Amino acid sequence: MGLELLIFKAILVLVIFTITLTIAAYSTYGERKIAAFLQDRIGPNRAGPFGLFQPLADGGKMFLKEEIIPANASAFLFVLGPSLAMLTALMTGVVIPWGDTITFQGVEYSLQITDLNIGVLYIFGVVSFGVYGIMIGGWSSNNKFSLLGAIRASAQMISYELAMGLSIVALIMTTGTLSIKEIVDQQATWHWNILYQPLGFLIFMICAFAECNRAPFDLAECETELVGGYHTEYSSMKLGFYLFAEYINMFISSALMASLYFGGYNFPFMNSLGLDQNWVTILGTVVFFGKVFFFIFVFMWIRWTLPRFRYDQLMRLGWQSLIPLAILNILLTGIFTMREELKNWLFN
Amino acid sequence: MVLYIFYALSVIAMACALLVVFSKNPIHSVLYLILTFFAIAGHYVLLNAQFLAVVHIIVYAGAIMVLFLFVIMLLNLNAETEPHKNTLTKIMATISGGLLMVTLAGAFRVLEKNLGQVTVQNSNVGTIENLGKVLFNDFLLPFEISSVLFLSAMIGAVILGKKQLN
Repeated sequence: MGLELLIFKAILVLVIFTITLTIAAYSTYGERKIAAFLQDRIGPNRAGPFGLFQPLADGGKMFLKEEIIPANASAFLFVLGPSLAMLTALMTGVVIPWGDTITFQGVEYSLQITDLNIGVLYIFGVVSFGVYGIMIGGWSSNNKFSLLGAIRASAQMISYELAMGLSIVALIMTTGTLSIKEIVDQQATWHWNILYQPLGFLIFMICAFAECNRAPFDLAECETELVGGYHTEYSSMKLGFYLFAEYINMFISSALMASLYFGGYNFPFMNSLGLDQNWVTILGTVVFFGKVFFFIFVFMWIRWTLPRFRYDQLMRLGWQSLIPLAILNILLTGIFTMREELKNWLFN
Repeated sequence: MVLYIFYALSVIAMACALLVVFSKNPIHSVLYLILTFFAIAGHYVLLNAQFLAVVHIIVYAGAIMVLFLFVIMLLNLNAETEPHKNTLTKIMATISGGLLMVTLAGAFRVLEKNLGQVTVQNSNVGTIENLGKVLFNDFLLPFEISSVLFLSAMIGAVILGKKQLN
Protein backbone atom coordinates (compact mmCIF):
# COMPACT_ATOMS: atom_id res chain seq x y z
CA MET A 1 0.00 0.00 0.00
CA GLY A 2 1.47 3.32 -1.11
CA LEU A 3 1.81 6.32 1.16
CA GLU A 4 -0.69 8.37 -0.88
CA LEU A 5 -3.30 5.65 -0.50
CA LEU A 6 -2.67 5.47 3.26
CA ILE A 7 -3.05 9.25 3.62
CA PHE A 8 -6.18 9.20 1.44
CA LYS A 9 -7.76 6.43 3.54
CA ALA A 10 -6.89 8.25 6.77
CA ILE A 11 -8.54 11.44 5.47
CA LEU A 12 -11.55 9.42 4.27
CA VAL A 13 -11.96 7.79 7.70
CA LEU A 14 -11.84 11.21 9.39
CA VAL A 15 -14.29 12.75 6.91
CA ILE A 16 -16.78 9.90 7.25
CA PHE A 17 -16.44 10.00 11.05
CA THR A 18 -17.18 13.73 11.05
CA ILE A 19 -20.07 13.38 8.59
CA THR A 20 -21.57 10.54 10.63
CA LEU A 21 -21.45 12.55 13.86
CA THR A 22 -22.78 15.71 12.17
CA ILE A 23 -25.66 13.84 10.54
CA ALA A 24 -26.45 12.10 13.84
CA ALA A 25 -26.47 15.47 15.64
CA TYR A 26 -28.64 17.14 13.01
CA SER A 27 -30.97 14.13 12.90
CA THR A 28 -32.06 15.12 16.41
CA TYR A 29 -32.92 18.56 15.05
CA GLY A 30 -34.62 17.03 12.02
CA GLU A 31 -36.56 14.65 14.25
CA ARG A 32 -37.94 17.52 16.32
CA LYS A 33 -38.76 19.66 13.29
CA ILE A 34 -40.54 16.75 11.55
CA ALA A 35 -42.41 15.87 14.74
CA ALA A 36 -43.46 19.50 15.00
CA PHE A 37 -44.57 19.55 11.36
CA LEU A 38 -46.61 16.35 11.76
CA GLN A 39 -48.23 17.67 14.95
CA ASP A 40 -48.85 21.17 13.55
CA ARG A 41 -46.32 22.88 15.83
CA ILE A 42 -43.25 25.02 15.06
CA GLY A 43 -40.52 23.02 16.81
CA PRO A 44 -37.15 24.35 18.06
CA ASN A 45 -36.68 27.95 16.88
CA ARG A 46 -34.78 29.76 19.65
CA ALA A 47 -31.09 28.84 19.17
CA GLY A 48 -29.88 30.52 15.99
CA PRO A 49 -31.86 30.99 12.74
CA PHE A 50 -34.68 28.38 12.52
CA GLY A 51 -33.21 26.85 15.71
CA LEU A 52 -30.26 25.49 13.72
CA PHE A 53 -27.88 25.65 16.70
CA GLN A 54 -30.20 23.51 18.82
CA PRO A 55 -28.01 20.33 18.47
CA LEU A 56 -24.96 22.31 19.67
CA ALA A 57 -26.91 23.59 22.68
CA ASP A 58 -28.11 20.04 23.42
CA GLY A 59 -24.57 18.67 23.12
CA GLY A 60 -23.19 21.36 25.42
CA LYS A 61 -25.92 20.59 27.95
CA MET A 62 -25.08 16.86 27.80
CA PHE A 63 -21.42 17.59 28.59
CA LEU A 64 -22.14 19.99 31.43
CA LYS A 65 -24.73 17.88 33.28
CA GLU A 66 -23.70 16.08 36.45
CA GLU A 67 -22.32 12.62 35.86
CA ILE A 68 -23.93 10.05 38.15
CA ILE A 69 -22.84 6.46 38.68
CA PRO A 70 -25.34 4.69 40.97
CA ALA A 71 -23.86 3.44 44.27
CA ASN A 72 -24.76 -0.20 43.68
CA ALA A 73 -23.85 -0.27 39.99
CA SER A 74 -20.68 -1.96 38.82
CA ALA A 75 -18.77 1.12 37.69
CA PHE A 76 -16.60 -0.40 34.95
CA LEU A 77 -19.49 -2.12 33.14
CA PHE A 78 -21.66 0.96 33.65
CA VAL A 79 -19.18 2.99 31.60
CA LEU A 80 -18.49 0.14 29.18
CA GLY A 81 -22.18 -0.10 28.12
CA PRO A 82 -22.56 3.26 26.33
CA SER A 83 -18.98 3.05 25.01
CA LEU A 84 -19.75 -0.29 23.34
CA ALA A 85 -23.01 1.06 21.90
CA MET A 86 -21.14 4.00 20.37
CA LEU A 87 -18.21 1.84 19.16
CA THR A 88 -20.36 -0.70 17.33
CA ALA A 89 -22.49 2.06 15.81
CA LEU A 90 -19.41 3.77 14.34
CA MET A 91 -17.76 0.54 13.13
CA THR A 92 -20.35 -0.29 10.47
CA GLY A 93 -19.59 2.72 8.26
CA VAL A 94 -16.28 1.33 6.93
CA VAL A 95 -17.75 -1.13 4.40
CA ILE A 96 -20.36 1.20 2.91
CA PRO A 97 -19.38 2.56 -0.54
CA TRP A 98 -20.03 6.29 -0.26
CA GLY A 99 -19.18 6.85 -3.90
CA ASP A 100 -17.48 5.46 -6.99
CA THR A 101 -13.78 6.00 -7.72
CA ILE A 102 -12.19 9.43 -8.01
CA THR A 103 -9.12 9.92 -10.22
CA PHE A 104 -6.63 12.41 -8.76
CA GLN A 105 -3.27 13.01 -10.49
CA GLY A 106 -3.56 9.77 -12.43
CA VAL A 107 -4.30 7.58 -9.40
CA GLU A 108 -7.73 6.04 -8.78
CA TYR A 109 -9.13 6.30 -5.26
CA SER A 110 -12.26 4.45 -4.14
CA LEU A 111 -14.65 6.38 -1.89
CA GLN A 112 -15.06 3.34 0.34
CA ILE A 113 -12.83 2.75 3.34
CA THR A 114 -12.44 -0.98 2.76
CA ASP A 115 -14.06 -3.43 0.37
CA LEU A 116 -14.36 -6.64 2.38
CA ASN A 117 -15.41 -9.71 0.38
CA ILE A 118 -17.80 -10.47 3.27
CA GLY A 119 -19.06 -6.89 3.69
CA VAL A 120 -22.71 -7.79 4.37
CA LEU A 121 -21.73 -10.39 6.96
CA TYR A 122 -19.33 -7.93 8.60
CA ILE A 123 -22.24 -5.55 9.15
CA PHE A 124 -24.30 -8.39 10.64
CA GLY A 125 -21.42 -9.30 12.95
CA VAL A 126 -21.07 -5.75 14.23
CA VAL A 127 -24.83 -5.29 14.59
CA SER A 128 -25.20 -8.55 16.51
CA PHE A 129 -22.45 -7.32 18.81
CA GLY A 130 -24.22 -3.99 19.32
CA VAL A 131 -26.80 -5.58 21.60
CA TYR A 132 -24.12 -5.97 24.30
CA GLY A 133 -23.91 -2.22 24.78
CA ILE A 134 -27.58 -2.16 25.76
CA MET A 135 -27.48 -5.39 27.79
CA ILE A 136 -24.36 -4.51 29.79
CA GLY A 137 -25.64 -0.99 30.43
CA GLY A 138 -29.06 -2.22 31.53
CA TRP A 139 -27.71 -4.93 33.79
CA SER A 140 -24.93 -2.91 35.43
CA SER A 141 -27.38 -0.13 36.39
CA ASN A 142 -28.76 -2.45 39.07
CA ASN A 143 -32.28 -1.23 38.44
CA LYS A 144 -35.19 -3.49 37.56
CA PHE A 145 -36.57 -1.17 34.88
CA SER A 146 -33.16 -0.98 33.23
CA LEU A 147 -32.81 -4.76 33.35
CA LEU A 148 -36.28 -5.31 31.86
CA GLY A 149 -35.54 -2.78 29.12
CA ALA A 150 -32.23 -4.48 28.34
CA ILE A 151 -33.83 -7.93 28.20
CA ARG A 152 -36.61 -6.67 25.95
CA ALA A 153 -34.11 -5.00 23.65
CA SER A 154 -31.91 -8.06 23.32
CA ALA A 155 -34.82 -10.47 22.74
CA GLN A 156 -36.20 -8.11 20.11
CA MET A 157 -32.88 -7.66 18.34
CA ILE A 158 -32.12 -11.40 18.22
CA SER A 159 -35.60 -12.18 16.89
CA TYR A 160 -35.46 -9.58 14.14
CA GLU A 161 -31.87 -10.40 13.19
CA LEU A 162 -33.15 -13.78 11.95
CA ALA A 163 -35.72 -12.32 9.59
CA MET A 164 -33.22 -9.67 8.47
CA GLY A 165 -30.60 -12.32 7.70
CA LEU A 166 -33.14 -14.38 5.73
CA SER A 167 -34.24 -11.35 3.70
CA ILE A 168 -30.58 -10.69 2.85
CA VAL A 169 -30.10 -14.35 1.80
CA ALA A 170 -32.60 -13.81 -1.03
CA LEU A 171 -30.72 -10.68 -2.11
CA ILE A 172 -27.39 -12.57 -2.07
CA MET A 173 -29.01 -15.25 -4.28
CA THR A 174 -29.73 -12.69 -6.99
CA THR A 175 -26.44 -10.78 -6.70
CA GLY A 176 -24.08 -13.70 -6.09
CA THR A 177 -21.69 -11.68 -3.93
CA LEU A 178 -21.35 -10.49 -0.34
CA SER A 179 -19.24 -7.43 -1.15
CA ILE A 180 -21.37 -4.29 -0.88
CA LYS A 181 -19.28 -2.52 -3.54
CA GLU A 182 -20.01 -5.28 -6.07
CA ILE A 183 -23.70 -5.30 -5.14
CA VAL A 184 -23.86 -1.54 -5.80
CA ASP A 185 -21.94 -1.84 -9.09
CA GLN A 186 -24.40 -4.46 -10.34
CA GLN A 187 -27.25 -1.96 -9.96
CA ALA A 188 -25.84 0.43 -12.57
CA THR A 189 -28.14 3.25 -13.74
CA TRP A 190 -31.67 2.09 -12.94
CA HIS A 191 -31.35 -1.71 -12.38
CA TRP A 192 -31.96 -1.29 -8.66
CA ASN A 193 -32.47 -4.35 -6.51
CA ILE A 194 -35.81 -3.04 -5.22
CA LEU A 195 -37.26 -4.04 -8.63
CA TYR A 196 -36.13 -7.64 -8.11
CA GLN A 197 -36.59 -7.93 -4.34
CA PRO A 198 -39.62 -5.83 -3.27
CA LEU A 199 -40.73 -8.27 -0.56
CA GLY A 200 -37.16 -8.68 0.67
CA PHE A 201 -36.77 -4.92 0.95
CA LEU A 202 -40.00 -4.60 2.94
CA ILE A 203 -38.84 -7.28 5.42
CA PHE A 204 -35.38 -5.71 5.60
CA MET A 205 -36.81 -2.28 6.34
CA ILE A 206 -39.14 -3.52 9.10
CA CYS A 207 -36.24 -5.42 10.67
CA ALA A 208 -33.99 -2.36 10.41
CA PHE A 209 -36.56 -0.38 12.40
CA ALA A 210 -36.59 -3.10 15.06
CA GLU A 211 -32.78 -3.36 15.13
CA CYS A 212 -32.46 0.38 15.71
CA ASN A 213 -35.03 0.21 18.55
CA ARG A 214 -37.02 2.89 16.78
CA ALA A 215 -40.78 3.40 17.09
CA PRO A 216 -43.03 1.44 16.56
CA PHE A 217 -40.51 -1.05 18.00
CA ASP A 218 -39.08 1.11 20.81
CA LEU A 219 -40.19 -1.32 23.52
CA ALA A 220 -36.73 -1.14 25.10
CA GLU A 221 -37.30 2.40 26.34
CA CYS A 222 -41.08 2.28 26.58
CA GLU A 223 -41.52 5.18 29.02
CA THR A 224 -45.11 4.40 29.94
CA GLU A 225 -44.09 1.00 31.35
CA LEU A 226 -40.37 1.15 32.07
CA VAL A 227 -39.58 4.78 33.10
CA GLY A 228 -36.75 5.11 30.53
CA GLY A 229 -35.85 1.52 29.74
CA TYR A 230 -32.22 0.49 29.71
CA HIS A 231 -30.88 4.03 30.10
CA THR A 232 -33.01 4.99 33.13
CA GLU A 233 -29.95 5.42 35.38
CA TYR A 234 -27.78 7.20 32.83
CA SER A 235 -27.07 10.90 32.87
CA SER A 236 -24.83 13.41 31.13
CA MET A 237 -22.78 12.31 28.10
CA LYS A 238 -23.22 8.59 28.83
CA LEU A 239 -26.93 9.05 28.11
CA GLY A 240 -25.86 11.18 25.14
CA PHE A 241 -23.82 8.25 23.80
CA TYR A 242 -26.84 5.94 23.86
CA LEU A 243 -29.06 8.48 22.12
CA PHE A 244 -26.31 9.31 19.62
CA ALA A 245 -25.68 5.63 18.89
CA GLU A 246 -29.38 5.26 18.03
CA TYR A 247 -29.19 8.09 15.49
CA ILE A 248 -25.93 6.77 14.02
CA ASN A 249 -27.52 3.32 13.66
CA MET A 250 -30.44 4.96 11.88
CA PHE A 251 -28.06 6.74 9.50
CA ILE A 252 -26.09 3.55 8.78
CA SER A 253 -29.28 1.49 8.25
CA SER A 254 -30.49 4.13 5.81
CA ALA A 255 -27.15 4.03 3.98
CA LEU A 256 -27.35 0.23 3.88
CA MET A 257 -30.91 0.23 2.51
CA ALA A 258 -29.90 2.80 -0.11
CA SER A 259 -26.85 0.81 -1.22
CA LEU A 260 -28.33 -2.71 -1.08
CA TYR A 261 -31.77 -2.02 -2.60
CA PHE A 262 -31.80 1.48 -4.10
CA GLY A 263 -28.68 1.46 -6.23
CA GLY A 264 -26.28 3.24 -3.87
CA TYR A 265 -24.49 5.99 -5.81
CA ASN A 266 -26.09 4.91 -9.11
CA PHE A 267 -28.77 7.05 -10.69
CA PRO A 268 -30.61 6.86 -14.06
CA PHE A 269 -28.84 8.31 -17.12
CA MET A 270 -25.58 8.67 -15.17
CA ASN A 271 -23.49 7.49 -18.15
CA SER A 272 -25.30 9.53 -20.81
CA LEU A 273 -24.69 12.95 -19.25
CA GLY A 274 -21.36 13.33 -21.07
CA LEU A 275 -19.58 14.38 -17.88
CA ASP A 276 -16.10 13.55 -16.59
CA GLN A 277 -15.88 10.42 -14.36
CA ASN A 278 -14.95 12.56 -11.32
CA TRP A 279 -18.06 14.71 -11.73
CA VAL A 280 -20.25 11.62 -12.10
CA THR A 281 -18.71 10.28 -8.87
CA ILE A 282 -19.38 13.51 -6.98
CA LEU A 283 -22.92 13.67 -8.35
CA GLY A 284 -23.40 10.02 -7.40
CA THR A 285 -22.29 10.70 -3.82
CA VAL A 286 -24.74 13.60 -3.61
CA VAL A 287 -27.53 11.35 -4.95
CA PHE A 288 -26.52 8.65 -2.44
CA PHE A 289 -26.82 11.08 0.46
CA GLY A 290 -30.16 12.21 -0.93
CA LYS A 291 -31.41 8.62 -0.77
CA VAL A 292 -30.00 8.27 2.77
CA PHE A 293 -31.79 11.44 3.92
CA PHE A 294 -35.02 10.17 2.38
CA PHE A 295 -34.78 6.95 4.45
CA ILE A 296 -33.94 8.92 7.60
CA PHE A 297 -37.09 10.95 6.91
CA VAL A 298 -39.09 7.70 6.55
CA PHE A 299 -37.73 6.55 9.93
CA MET A 300 -38.98 9.76 11.55
CA TRP A 301 -42.24 9.87 9.61
CA ILE A 302 -43.16 6.37 10.84
CA ARG A 303 -42.11 7.16 14.40
CA TRP A 304 -44.53 10.07 14.62
CA THR A 305 -47.35 8.28 12.77
CA LEU A 306 -47.66 4.79 14.23
CA PRO A 307 -48.28 3.87 17.88
CA ARG A 308 -45.99 1.45 19.69
CA PHE A 309 -46.55 -2.31 19.46
CA ARG A 310 -47.38 -4.43 22.49
CA TYR A 311 -44.58 -6.86 23.31
CA ASP A 312 -46.49 -10.02 22.34
CA GLN A 313 -47.55 -8.36 19.05
CA LEU A 314 -43.90 -7.56 18.37
CA MET A 315 -42.80 -11.14 18.92
CA ARG A 316 -45.71 -12.53 16.88
CA LEU A 317 -44.89 -10.20 13.98
CA GLY A 318 -41.23 -11.19 14.07
CA TRP A 319 -41.52 -14.94 14.41
CA GLN A 320 -44.87 -15.76 12.80
CA SER A 321 -45.07 -13.24 9.95
CA LEU A 322 -41.66 -11.93 8.94
CA ILE A 323 -39.64 -15.17 9.17
CA PRO A 324 -42.14 -17.27 7.12
CA LEU A 325 -42.43 -14.41 4.60
CA ALA A 326 -38.64 -14.22 4.32
CA ILE A 327 -38.43 -17.99 3.74
CA LEU A 328 -41.17 -17.71 1.09
CA ASN A 329 -39.16 -14.93 -0.53
CA ILE A 330 -36.08 -17.18 -0.63
CA LEU A 331 -38.17 -19.93 -2.24
CA LEU A 332 -39.63 -17.58 -4.87
CA THR A 333 -36.19 -16.15 -5.63
CA GLY A 334 -34.84 -19.68 -6.05
CA ILE A 335 -37.65 -20.64 -8.44
CA PHE A 336 -37.13 -17.43 -10.41
CA THR A 337 -33.36 -17.95 -10.67
CA MET A 338 -33.76 -21.58 -11.82
CA ARG A 339 -36.79 -20.94 -14.11
CA GLU A 340 -35.08 -22.19 -17.29
CA GLU A 341 -33.90 -25.42 -15.67
CA LEU A 342 -37.33 -25.91 -14.09
CA LYS A 343 -39.07 -25.43 -17.44
CA ASN A 344 -36.81 -27.98 -19.11
CA TRP A 345 -37.31 -30.44 -16.27
CA LEU A 346 -41.10 -30.10 -16.19
CA PHE A 347 -41.93 -30.10 -19.92
CA ASN A 348 -39.31 -32.44 -21.35
CA MET B 1 4.45 -9.42 12.30
CA VAL B 2 1.91 -12.21 11.87
CA LEU B 3 3.75 -14.24 14.48
CA TYR B 4 3.49 -11.42 17.05
CA ILE B 5 -0.23 -11.03 16.36
CA PHE B 6 -0.60 -14.79 16.80
CA TYR B 7 1.14 -14.66 20.17
CA ALA B 8 -0.88 -11.65 21.31
CA LEU B 9 -4.17 -13.33 20.33
CA SER B 10 -3.14 -16.59 21.99
CA VAL B 11 -2.26 -14.82 25.24
CA ILE B 12 -5.60 -12.96 25.19
CA ALA B 13 -7.54 -16.16 24.41
CA MET B 14 -5.90 -18.18 27.18
CA ALA B 15 -5.97 -15.40 29.79
CA CYS B 16 -9.67 -14.77 29.13
CA ALA B 17 -10.44 -18.51 29.16
CA LEU B 18 -8.79 -18.79 32.58
CA LEU B 19 -10.69 -15.74 33.82
CA VAL B 20 -13.96 -17.39 32.70
CA VAL B 21 -13.25 -20.16 35.20
CA PHE B 22 -11.81 -18.07 38.00
CA SER B 23 -14.10 -15.03 38.12
CA LYS B 24 -16.68 -15.16 40.92
CA ASN B 25 -19.43 -13.27 39.10
CA PRO B 26 -21.18 -15.36 36.39
CA ILE B 27 -21.84 -12.23 34.28
CA HIS B 28 -18.11 -11.47 34.23
CA SER B 29 -17.46 -15.10 33.20
CA VAL B 30 -19.76 -14.69 30.20
CA LEU B 31 -18.11 -11.42 29.20
CA TYR B 32 -14.65 -13.03 29.37
CA LEU B 33 -15.94 -15.91 27.26
CA ILE B 34 -17.04 -13.38 24.61
CA LEU B 35 -13.51 -11.93 24.61
CA THR B 36 -12.14 -15.46 24.17
CA PHE B 37 -14.39 -15.93 21.14
CA PHE B 38 -13.09 -12.70 19.66
CA ALA B 39 -9.48 -13.80 20.10
CA ILE B 40 -10.30 -17.10 18.36
CA ALA B 41 -12.02 -15.18 15.54
CA GLY B 42 -8.77 -13.23 15.20
CA HIS B 43 -6.95 -16.55 14.71
CA TYR B 44 -9.37 -17.42 11.89
CA VAL B 45 -8.60 -14.09 10.19
CA LEU B 46 -4.87 -14.87 10.46
CA LEU B 47 -5.58 -18.17 8.69
CA ASN B 48 -7.29 -16.19 5.88
CA ALA B 49 -10.71 -17.63 6.78
CA GLN B 50 -12.70 -14.40 7.05
CA PHE B 51 -16.03 -16.11 6.49
CA LEU B 52 -15.45 -18.52 9.37
CA ALA B 53 -14.30 -15.63 11.58
CA VAL B 54 -17.36 -13.49 10.95
CA VAL B 55 -19.78 -16.41 11.26
CA HIS B 56 -18.07 -17.38 14.50
CA ILE B 57 -18.70 -13.87 15.82
CA ILE B 58 -22.31 -13.72 14.55
CA VAL B 59 -23.28 -17.14 15.90
CA TYR B 60 -21.28 -17.48 19.11
CA ALA B 61 -20.56 -13.95 20.30
CA GLY B 62 -23.68 -12.41 18.77
CA ALA B 63 -26.42 -14.97 19.39
CA ILE B 64 -25.48 -17.78 21.76
CA MET B 65 -23.68 -15.63 24.33
CA VAL B 66 -26.52 -13.09 24.30
CA LEU B 67 -28.87 -15.92 25.27
CA PHE B 68 -26.41 -17.03 27.98
CA LEU B 69 -26.27 -13.48 29.33
CA PHE B 70 -30.05 -13.30 29.11
CA VAL B 71 -30.58 -16.42 31.25
CA ILE B 72 -27.94 -15.44 33.82
CA MET B 73 -29.40 -11.95 34.18
CA LEU B 74 -32.87 -13.41 34.75
CA LEU B 75 -31.61 -15.98 37.27
CA ASN B 76 -30.08 -13.19 39.41
CA LEU B 77 -27.21 -15.35 40.67
CA ASN B 78 -25.10 -13.99 43.50
CA ALA B 79 -22.96 -15.20 46.40
CA GLU B 80 -25.89 -15.78 48.79
CA THR B 81 -27.98 -17.93 46.47
CA GLU B 82 -25.05 -19.96 45.15
CA PRO B 83 -25.67 -23.66 45.88
CA HIS B 84 -22.89 -25.21 47.98
CA LYS B 85 -21.53 -28.51 46.78
CA ASN B 86 -20.36 -31.11 49.29
CA THR B 87 -16.76 -32.31 49.50
CA LEU B 88 -17.37 -35.66 47.76
CA THR B 89 -18.76 -33.91 44.66
CA LYS B 90 -15.78 -31.57 44.57
CA ILE B 91 -13.27 -34.46 44.78
CA MET B 92 -15.10 -36.37 42.04
CA ALA B 93 -15.20 -33.30 39.82
CA THR B 94 -11.45 -32.76 40.26
CA ILE B 95 -10.65 -36.40 39.41
CA SER B 96 -12.85 -36.49 36.29
CA GLY B 97 -11.54 -33.12 35.12
CA GLY B 98 -7.97 -34.36 35.57
CA LEU B 99 -8.76 -37.55 33.60
CA LEU B 100 -10.15 -35.47 30.72
CA MET B 101 -6.96 -33.40 30.78
CA VAL B 102 -4.82 -36.56 30.60
CA THR B 103 -6.86 -37.85 27.64
CA LEU B 104 -6.52 -34.55 25.77
CA ALA B 105 -2.79 -34.34 26.44
CA GLY B 106 -2.32 -37.96 25.27
CA ALA B 107 -4.33 -37.33 22.11
CA PHE B 108 -2.25 -34.26 21.38
CA ARG B 109 1.02 -36.23 21.85
CA VAL B 110 -0.07 -38.89 19.32
CA LEU B 111 -1.24 -36.22 16.88
CA GLU B 112 2.04 -34.33 17.15
CA LYS B 113 4.03 -37.51 16.36
CA ASN B 114 1.98 -38.51 13.30
CA LEU B 115 1.27 -35.13 11.80
CA GLY B 116 4.71 -34.25 10.44
CA GLN B 117 5.13 -31.17 8.30
CA VAL B 118 1.96 -29.36 7.23
CA THR B 119 1.98 -27.65 3.85
CA VAL B 120 -0.64 -25.14 2.76
CA GLN B 121 -1.99 -26.13 -0.66
CA ASN B 122 -4.23 -23.15 -1.32
CA SER B 123 -4.09 -20.09 0.92
CA ASN B 124 -7.54 -18.93 -0.26
CA VAL B 125 -9.29 -22.06 0.97
CA GLY B 126 -11.18 -20.13 3.66
CA THR B 127 -12.87 -17.55 1.43
CA ILE B 128 -16.61 -17.85 1.00
CA GLU B 129 -16.48 -18.91 -2.69
CA ASN B 130 -14.13 -21.84 -2.04
CA LEU B 131 -15.92 -22.85 1.13
CA GLY B 132 -19.27 -22.90 -0.68
CA LYS B 133 -17.90 -24.96 -3.56
CA VAL B 134 -16.33 -27.54 -1.24
CA LEU B 135 -19.40 -27.69 0.99
CA PHE B 136 -21.92 -28.15 -1.83
CA ASN B 137 -19.81 -30.41 -4.08
CA ASP B 138 -17.61 -32.66 -1.94
CA PHE B 139 -19.51 -32.67 1.36
CA LEU B 140 -23.14 -32.20 0.28
CA LEU B 141 -24.59 -35.23 2.09
CA PRO B 142 -22.89 -34.63 5.49
CA PHE B 143 -23.88 -30.94 5.21
CA GLU B 144 -27.56 -31.80 4.58
CA ILE B 145 -27.57 -34.42 7.32
CA SER B 146 -26.22 -31.92 9.85
CA SER B 147 -29.09 -29.58 8.96
CA VAL B 148 -31.54 -32.42 9.73
CA LEU B 149 -29.75 -32.80 13.07
CA PHE B 150 -30.33 -29.10 13.81
CA LEU B 151 -33.98 -29.43 12.84
CA SER B 152 -34.47 -32.35 15.23
CA ALA B 153 -32.78 -30.36 18.01
CA MET B 154 -35.15 -27.46 17.32
CA ILE B 155 -38.23 -29.69 17.42
CA GLY B 156 -36.96 -31.22 20.65
CA ALA B 157 -36.56 -27.80 22.23
CA VAL B 158 -40.09 -26.80 21.16
CA ILE B 159 -41.58 -29.98 22.64
CA LEU B 160 -39.68 -29.52 25.91
CA GLY B 161 -40.71 -25.87 26.14
CA LYS B 162 -44.37 -26.46 25.27
CA LYS B 163 -46.95 -26.32 28.04
CA GLN B 164 -48.66 -29.60 28.92
CA LEU B 165 -52.13 -29.47 27.43
CA ASN B 166 -54.70 -31.55 29.25
